[in-house]
Amino acid sequence: MKKILAKLSTGLVSLGMAGAALAAPAVEITQKQPLNVPAIIMFAIFVGMTLAITYWAASRTKTASDFYTAGGGITGFQNGLAMAGDYMSAATLLGLTAMVYTNGYDAYLFMIAFFVGWPIILFLMAERLRNLGKFTFADITSYRLDQGKVRTMAAIGSLTVVCFYLIVQMVGAGQLIKLLFGLDYHVAVIVVGALMVVYVTFGGMVATTWVQIIKACLLLFGGTVITVLAFSQFGFSFNTLAAKTIELHKLKDMLFAPGKLLQDPINAISLAMGLMFGLAGLPHILMRFFTVNNAKEARKSVLYAAGFVGFFFNVILLMGLCAIVIVGTNPEFFEGGTIGGKIIGGGNMVAMHLAKAVGGNLLLGFLAAVAFATILAVVSGLALAGASAISHDLYARVIKKGNVSEAQEIKVSKMASFGIGLIAVVLGIAFEKQNVAFMAALAFGIAAAGNFPVLFLSMYWKDLTTRGALAAGYGGLIAAVVLVVLSKSVWVTVFGYATPIFPYDQPALFAMPLAFLLGYVFSITDKSERAGKERAAFADQWVRAQTGFGADGAVSH
Amino acid sequence: MSSEIYARIQKNPKFKELVAKRERLAWTLTGIVLVLFFGLFMTVAFNPSVLAIRLGDSYVTTGLLIGLAQFVLFWLLTAVYVRRANSEFDALTEQLLHESVKAKK
Repeated sequence: MKKILAKLSTGLVSLGMAGAALAAPAVEITQKQPLNVPAIIMFAIFVGMTLAITYWAASRTKTASDFYTAGGGITGFQNGLAMAGDYMSAATLLGLTAMVYTNGYDAYLFMIAFFVGWPIILFLMAERLRNLGKFTFADITSYRLDQGKVRTMAAIGSLTVVCFYLIVQMVGAGQLIKLLFGLDYHVAVIVVGALMVVYVTFGGMVATTWVQIIKACLLLFGGTVITVLAFSQFGFSFNTLAAKTIELHKLKDMLFAPGKLLQDPINAISLAMGLMFGLAGLPHILMRFFTVNNAKEARKSVLYAAGFVGFFFNVILLMGLCAIVIVGTNPEFFEGGTIGGKIIGGGNMVAMHLAKAVGGNLLLGFLAAVAFATILAVVSGLALAGASAISHDLYARVIKKGNVSEAQEIKVSKMASFGIGLIAVVLGIAFEKQNVAFMAALAFGIAAAGNFPVLFLSMYWKDLTTRGALAAGYGGLIAAVVLVVLSKSVWVTVFGYATPIFPYDQPALFAMPLAFLLGYVFSITDKSERAGKERAAFADQWVRAQTGFGADGAVSH
Repeated sequence: MSSEIYARIQKNPKFKELVAKRERLAWTLTGIVLVLFFGLFMTVAFNPSVLAIRLGDSYVTTGLLIGLAQFVLFWLLTAVYVRRANSEFDALTEQLLHESVKAKK
């Protein structure tokens, strides 16, 4: 059990995904590989294309709305692709394939947990977000509550999530690039940071969205091609494939049944909750609801995004299973040629090796370029969300109290993006050899416990007051941080204690109800005059949330 | 100014109808998704052997089939919601806003 977890988490950590919520012993330090020329050429093509788009986008980015939301002119289909792109990081492709390779069915359960947030976000949040918000999700929480205090809190929540998620991605990028392209870790981190700053500062949301769309297409295309080629070796018969995998895999029959990964019920539920509600609190995903014209397109976005994500997860399942047979029996992919030994480049390279086995160096290069492009797209989305929190929420609304021109606000956004890029590079380098698993757990934990409850309560509960919102927001955030610090990934791995004080990997199951409770208690006990006004203002907010009347660009009467 | 219109919208019986219908659909679908999803995870946690049963001669286990079914079903429920919201609810909203805003003039 320990061994599986260790293997798994090292794999996932170096890629930085939410699954890294699994406690990890240490980051696997990847070995630098020889220069991968086809990969570099294909990556250069991708960068060239996206820079051209950024150049074009820059000429169209004039107003704050262009900068934050691409002027609301993205269609539901495009936005669905971009959303799926924001959600699928390089870890989805590489980490989950590796997880299927090692754990079989357990990985499928993880993917379902990743997926289930989509319908929920649509049913309960998507159109209300679209109707109430303008640029960031703080717009919703501060709709009828105290602008300054609530926006500050929401911005802190966003920035915390963005920051931790960025570090995880940067460290993953560095390790991956060292391995795939044969470049130095530092070079990789700086390239990612620099390109991200260029996309965001010059092209704003238009460029960021198109980078995301192109990347999502490449990812879907690449994954599907590899899977089709690999699956054809089994005559496209699942039974043939399954029979072979069971014969070869050390889990035997248990490969297609729940294994050890989610044996502890509380851990399983906490993880499921963290992944599910974490989605509904990720600022860069929520921001995508404002890039479309109206609630209709917002709903379509989710339908498309869920379709792409769901399809891709099932492709990954097949990819991982094919890899068990194709990669798992080929000595070329094992260190020293010992089948069953250590895989060259570590567990995460399973998908890469499969690409090479079925499509040669060209496909390998293509997939490597896709993986890099994926990281780049995800960090751009994150950086833009972070920059918006700083410029739109903190600078324009809290510091300047709304007395600020659009040009000034955009200028601050650009400076903020630059700052975020710089910080990301510095921290990416500083954390090179650190275990960053807890940061992924934190990002999702804070999104689920810090952001989601406040957002949900402010949309659905008329009695929520500023005091309650602050208690829920800060309470959830602190609880998530404290629980992660006390969990195995920090308490044992970083501090070196023997046993963790908090025995679970994801704080959501405990931190989220606590946040809701704090929000409830501090609201109902708030008898102030302001609280009364805030409650009274709910009626108007409710009408707007339901009908979209008064929402930006949503009404054409 | 808009507060007045908001009040008028809220008084319109169509608003009540819209909210009631949409909330009912949204919460029903949410309920279905949560019950199925947490049902699966509870089964994994408390009775995993149920999910290891093979279907006939094939290698497909109940667990795999249920997993795939959840992907498909959750996506279909998403489609159901989008379909109803984009036709029925949007049309109702349109009428509602039209009546409420026009009444002002």
